[in-house]
Amino acid sequence: MSARAQVPAVAEESGLPATLPAARPGSGRTGRGLAWCGRHRVALTLAFLLVFPWITPYQALAVNILVLGLYALGFNLLFGYTGLLSFGHAAFLGGGAYGCGIAIVQFGLHPALALVAGTLLATGIAAVMGVLAIRTRGIYFAMTTLALSMCVYYAFYRAEAFTGGENGLRGINVPSLALPGLRLDLLDPTVKYYAVLAVVGIAVWLFSRLLSSPFGAALEAIRENEGRAQACGFDVRRMKLVAFVISGALCGLAGALQAIHLSIVPIETMHYATSGQAVMMALLGGMGTFFGPFVGAATFALLQDGLATLTTHWQLFVGAIFIAFVLFLPLGIWGEVLARLRRAGW
Amino acid sequence: MVSAAPVAAAPATAPVATSVGGAPILATEGLGKRFGHFRALSDVTVAFPEGGITAIIGPNGAGKSTFFNLISGAFPPSEGRVLFRGRDITGSPPHHFARMGIAKSFQITNVFPHLTVRENVRVAAQARRVRFAVFRNRSAYPELTERAEALLGEVGLGARMDRLARELAHGEQRALEIAVALAAEPSLLLLDEPTAGMSPEETREMMDLVQRLAETRTLILVEHKMKLVMGLCRRLVVLHQGQLLAEGSPDDIRAHPEVRRVYLGKTA
Repeated sequence: MSARAQVPAVAEESGLPATLPAARPGSGRTGRGLAWCGRHRVALTLAFLLVFPWITPYQALAVNILVLGLYALGFNLLFGYTGLLSFGHAAFLGGGAYGCGIAIVQFGLHPALALVAGTLLATGIAAVMGVLAIRTRGIYFAMTTLALSMCVYYAFYRAEAFTGGENGLRGINVPSLALPGLRLDLLDPTVKYYAVLAVVGIAVWLFSRLLSSPFGAALEAIRENEGRAQACGFDVRRMKLVAFVISGALCGLAGALQAIHLSIVPIETMHYATSGQAVMMALLGGMGTFFGPFVGAATFALLQDGLATLTTHWQLFVGAIFIAFVLFLPLGIWGEVLARLRRAGW
Repeated sequence: MVSAAPVAAAPATAPVATSVGGAPILATEGLGKRFGHFRALSDVTVAFPEGGITAIIGPNGAGKSTFFNLISGAFPPSEGRVLFRGRDITGSPPHHFARMGIAKSFQITNVFPHLTVRENVRVAAQARRVRFAVFRNRSAYPELTERAEALLGEVGLGARMDRLARELAHGEQRALEIAVALAAEPSLLLLDEPTAGMSPEETREMMDLVQRLAETRTLILVEHKMKLVMGLCRRLVVLHQGQLLAEGSPDDIRAHPEVRRVYLGKTA
């Protein structure tokens, strides 16, 4: 047996979503093609994102999708890989955005440091929320995270001096990025896209490492069967907390990037509707799949962009389409693609 | 109350039984559990000798599963203590039991359904060695995979390792669950009705496996079917209406008048 063949063939490796009860029984083995894709998932994802701006209507939208994709990716660590449905991830996206924005506006920090500051703030919020919420399970977990995130929302809403309150945080102007030996003009949408992609790429790579690690294996075991995982000797509560905090950190990084991209942090970033958006994107793309979050983010952003030009009631149509997906494509778009390829013996 | 008499009878049999195998691997002292006002189990003092198979038997509602859950740490007792190798482990968090060397298989099939058979056992073996490693790859621990494959061979699933666990037949899933439990390298293995819902064929295979496993470790199993365990186990513990009715060798139990009355439904 070669060393490669010894890599445990987890169902997830090819990205097949595992948790949806509605998932149809597929054939057992992952074909060679999908196994190969699973091993090179980071390279393939980045290759796609590199050419992505050429297939979107305009490049600011591509940056939006990139940021939302990272947000959905972070959310998916908890939802798709650990089996925890949180309704409070807006607090992390918002925490990252405000942390980054405040660092730039109030303290004049370098954008790179501001990204770190935003991520750290989100991580801190996630740690506090996680400690409180992780004691509960199922619907109670979802409700607790929702309530706690609204507490965070209200705190940021009231702290007008720092956050701009209802008007949002304005004036996050980052026209260019000075790096050692390099000056990037962020007003050029193409440059901006690739600058954001560089950060997202690192996050995607770290995320993949995490999933392949023993810790990632333990998270899957918890998702599959919490009681059994505990009986095996895993400290389930602590592991869920660590997953929650890492998930919050990834979403915080997405928020920080969004603050720089939009140069404003609307207070709605923290609203629970934004948490719902993470759930929608993960389900549209395919929960528990590696690439699904980006597919979900692209679908959501393109739908919103396309429908908003046609009607002010675009949310109604996005909602209807979302319901259709849950009913008829429970695996999500990418999940369905993978399931079909798998059935075809790829 | 009918149950008053058996309680009085219980302590009399206890000293005889504990003297059999030297120091007990597991012992309970006055173990009891209440759910609200319902007393599921009360004052069970019993010792399990090291090695061989001890079966916990009793009719439906006797408190077998409650007792199993207390000694396997699924929930804490309302009163009394559980001692493992003389150490008080009452109230230890569930995940500590596997680390101490106590593994269990559940009454209802309890595997990781969407993981492959191999990964089911590998991740269980991993729990003992590496838990929070975030940046290494799972495949950096080939000994865990080797161990998983060896265990799967032992329980007769060597040819099914690449399937998803949920695709296995019921009997195979039970065997897989035992392999998962064994991955913790337990010195004490607790099995809750390992043959529940099995065909006669599967039951025979499972009992053969149980017997083989007991050669190198201590087994405690809860079993509903008394006949099944009589030929296998060294000792029996009989529960009835949440209390200890009797304990001893299969011959002692067969001859025990109270057991014959309440469990076998025969008049003494």
